[in-house]
Amino acid sequence: MYLEIEGIEKSFPHKEKGTVKVLDNINLEIEKGQFVSIVGPSGCGKSTMLYLIAGLEKADQGKISINGKEVKGSGSDRVVVFQEAGLFPWLTVLDNVTYGLHLKKMSKKEAEQKAIDMLKMVHLGNYVDAYPHQLSGGMKQRVAIARALVMEPDILLMDEPFAALDEQTRMVLHKELLDIWRKTKVTVLFITHNIREAVLLSQKIVVFATRPGKIKKTFISNDSKDGVMPSDVTLQLEKQILAELQEEIEKVLKEEMGDDYSFKTNSVSRDTSGDMGSHI
Amino acid sequence: MAIWEVTSKLSDLPDFMFPSFTQVMSTLISGLISGQILIAIGASLSRLLIGFTIASILGLVLGYLIWRYKIVEDTLGFLVTALQSIPSIVWFPLAIIWFGLNDFAILFIVTLGATWTMIVNATSGFKNVPVLYQRVAKSLGSSGFHFLRTVILPASVPQLISGLRIAWAFSWRALMAGELLGASVGLGQLLESGRALGQMDLVISVMIIIGVIGTIMDNVLFLRLERSVERKWGIRA
Repeated sequence: MYLEIEGIEKSFPHKEKGTVKVLDNINLEIEKGQFVSIVGPSGCGKSTMLYLIAGLEKADQGKISINGKEVKGSGSDRVVVFQEAGLFPWLTVLDNVTYGLHLKKMSKKEAEQKAIDMLKMVHLGNYVDAYPHQLSGGMKQRVAIARALVMEPDILLMDEPFAALDEQTRMVLHKELLDIWRKTKVTVLFITHNIREAVLLSQKIVVFATRPGKIKKTFISNDSKDGVMPSDVTLQLEKQILAELQEEIEKVLKEEMGDDYSFKTNSVSRDTSGDMGSHI
Repeated sequence: MAIWEVTSKLSDLPDFMFPSFTQVMSTLISGLISGQILIAIGASLSRLLIGFTIASILGLVLGYLIWRYKIVEDTLGFLVTALQSIPSIVWFPLAIIWFGLNDFAILFIVTLGATWTMIVNATSGFKNVPVLYQRVAKSLGSSGFHFLRTVILPASVPQLISGLRIAWAFSWRALMAGELLGASVGLGQLLESGRALGQMDLVISVMIIIGVIGTIMDNVLFLRLERSVERKWGIRA
């Protein structure tokens, strides 16, 4: 196994409750070159899981290892693409992409050449000297992807990277991400709350339960995908995952709206004394 | 200016107390030509530059320490907020006792005037660096001094510039006050000698110079700096 996650536990301090357990005994294995998604309702700890792998947060218990080497702190072998592109506004597009390469002690010329090649791959060859604010949201996210890929990471960690984009842009980027994945053979761990997105892109889909976050079920989907059109197989899978998630969604809603709320039976809250419209 | 000219001519006050506009202008021009005013400007600005540079460096370093270490924040951070409210000229008596009535004492209050503001602004600048940028940089392998130099510092540049602008205003005022009280040469000293010699035309000339320099620094230097950063970052179109 390439990426191994064993018995991860993580809690955060909470104002009223003392501590809140976010991740409970997470075990997960990812093979080299695999495209894996984690789906789950918001607040289920899926992003926290990703930050743990990235080394941006520390687990309370458990072990994460890549290629047999245990993860300790952040490193450029595991680069994150965040929901917001997070480009440095004081640097040009090119300087943003070469930022990490300079840390690798690469010569300036070599770094720039690599960055330009990578920017061409994400179709931004004409925006090398632009500043981030001159780009659209989709373009910024492309730069962020180029900035991560140019580091040639062992694993690309993506934290809802397309969640803030409009539908059309997202569709195009899905297709491009799959192209890039096939070309570079990079291992991808993709976090999303969008079931269709997960189904359209990945080979393995991990469904997270919430509060505390743990793995509910894992689905495998090995048919060929173009990242745009859902096939019968993927639609079927989407339904299965949705069924799994419904329970979790209900749990979240009950916590927020009170115990009498039920997502499945009555989406409109009713008075107990009678049915809606019974007094007409 | 016309009103000034007319009121001065009609006023009962003698010329040396309320000089006319034309009189002030001729003093100003002859002062500039003779070099008297230019030397004073040079002396004042070099004091300002030295004090301001020290204050900026001190501000950045201490601001960094406050941002980085909780214990420094709780101790020094609190002290700075308290000290900031003391006008720096108040330190002058102490400075005279410590350093004597000389350039050093003036330099001391000029530096002090700018330091507190710089510390406060640097601290809040560092604190407000978006977590996202920090995570991005760390994820790409940045750490230690590189992290500080390539993320924390540039990300807080807008706040640092406004800090410099306020700090400059404080130290400029402290400088004038200090020079007025005890400088051998400088704009403040020129004001004082104008008063001593009863030459209000000189006093007003120097006031004009002070105003001009202040405007140039604030509106030309700092405002341009601010605008160019805003343009580059896309904060302002």
